[in-house]
Amino acid sequence: MSAAVSERANEASAAGIEAQASRWLERRHFGNWDDGAQAEFDAWMNASSANEVAFLRLEAAWGRTGRLAALRVPGETKAGAKFRISPMVMGVAASLAILAIVGVTAGKMLLPHGQVRTFATPVGGHEVVSFADGTRIELNTDTVLRADMTTDRRTVWLARGEAYFQVKHDPAHPFTVFAGDHRITDVGTKFLVRRDTGRLEVAVEQGSVAFKTTDRKAPLQAALLSRGDAVVATPAATVMSKLSGAELENALTWRRGVLVFKHTRLADAAAEFNRYNAVKLVIVDPATGDRLIGATFPVNDVERFARVARDVLGLRVIYRDKEIVIAR
Amino acid sequence: MVEISDTSRNDTGLAGAAMTAPGVREWFVREVLPLEAALMQFLQHNWRNKSDIADLRQEVYVRVFDAARKEIPARTKQFVFATARNLLINRIRDESVVPIQAVADLDALDIAKDEPGPERSVAARDELRRLQSALDRLPPRCREAVILGRIEELPRREIAARMGVSEDTVTEHISKGMRALADILYGAPPDLRRQP
Repeated sequence: MSAAVSERANEASAAGIEAQASRWLERRHFGNWDDGAQAEFDAWMNASSANEVAFLRLEAAWGRTGRLAALRVPGETKAGAKFRISPMVMGVAASLAILAIVGVTAGKMLLPHGQVRTFATPVGGHEVVSFADGTRIELNTDTVLRADMTTDRRTVWLARGEAYFQVKHDPAHPFTVFAGDHRITDVGTKFLVRRDTGRLEVAVEQGSVAFKTTDRKAPLQAALLSRGDAVVATPAATVMSKLSGAELENALTWRRGVLVFKHTRLADAAAEFNRYNAVKLVIVDPATGDRLIGATFPVNDVERFARVARDVLGLRVIYRDKEIVIAR
Repeated sequence: MVEISDTSRNDTGLAGAAMTAPGVREWFVREVLPLEAALMQFLQHNWRNKSDIADLRQEVYVRVFDAARKEIPARTKQFVFATARNLLINRIRDESVVPIQAVADLDALDIAKDEPGPERSVAARDELRRLQSALDRLPPRCREAVILGRIEELPRREIAARMGVSEDTVTEHISKGMRALADILYGAPPDLRRQP
């Protein structure tokens, strides 16, 4: 009897409530979450402000740790039960990535030969890596790449995201970027590679690059791209096009930390913003998504975008936990 | 087609507007939680019984949150610390023996000015480093479970298999990790959090 009473008293303590909140959060993230669980959870959240506040606090901290996924070493993910990663190995891997990031922060790093290093940026991140040979790689938001700058071959694997390459050309040491099924070899140049799910884009700002795909079904197997050339490869098609100077400049505005929209559909602009921000823009109806805008925004100022939608386009803006909904 | 000029920088923003519950939640996460390290310092400095601190912090949050439901305070930092101060004064008055000195101290307290703290200008790379350092401070098993769940994004069953424990134990480790991460990311003093 008295044990039950003290148990109950314990549940109302900050520690007790926090324990319950963490169970809910763990369950929502890792467990089976159906309508029943949602209803039960809603009831618990509505039961007291203490519950709600405790959950919001844990959820916010846990949400921030989502950025840690950027530390994942490409190629080692979800390998199944084939091998067991010891915590130590994982620690080393994570530290390597962190070392790389710290190095990036310093703006310049001299890499020892023959080592693969991982570089990563979180959502909203933007970093520059300088290599001993004079090559610079600029990483845009939510990007993971590995670089092996050995003496005889320089190789970069773009696991995801977008990077701008300024390569010091050296015929004896070819510079190659691998991105999924595609290979981009530098012939002395500045170029951009963007890898989204199921889509690869290469644009050349200066010099030329050789583009090759290892996907034998692809209609375009290889091409030599020079200034202004762009290739977009999807599973359905590989399309080559010529970009105007302005279009090329727009593709690179993230290097200055801004997004430039000209006659851009609101839905496309929102999708672009969502690459950079944890708070996601959601546009409910297609008609709203088809409205055109022209504007320049800092990449991380999603609130300004929402205000413009509200004040200039006269749309409704609803702020939710992790998203901003824009509707008529 | 609408051409938009960039004039919205000086907007008053959202504070002060009538908000729905999600807005209050967003405000709480954005404005109140970053003050936690300072709030914890304040509570620890002004309250002798350290085992009360977690409950006091919760009580401050609840009061601030309930007040914000009616109206979002214009100056968050001042409001949070005024709430904390009032709570401590009330608690002291409720105690059978009133330590006069404590009340005097509280009255003399210079409530923190409402200036943007360092939290607001933290660059993304600092955030990643801070997260990594928070991760490093978790107990080993707890840390392993969080890494597998959050970085490797494995399901609970897979984590259990890799760690050689039951799924319930994984749940235990991860919920504990969630609580510890919140304490480190919000509650720990900044100098502690910035350690590499």
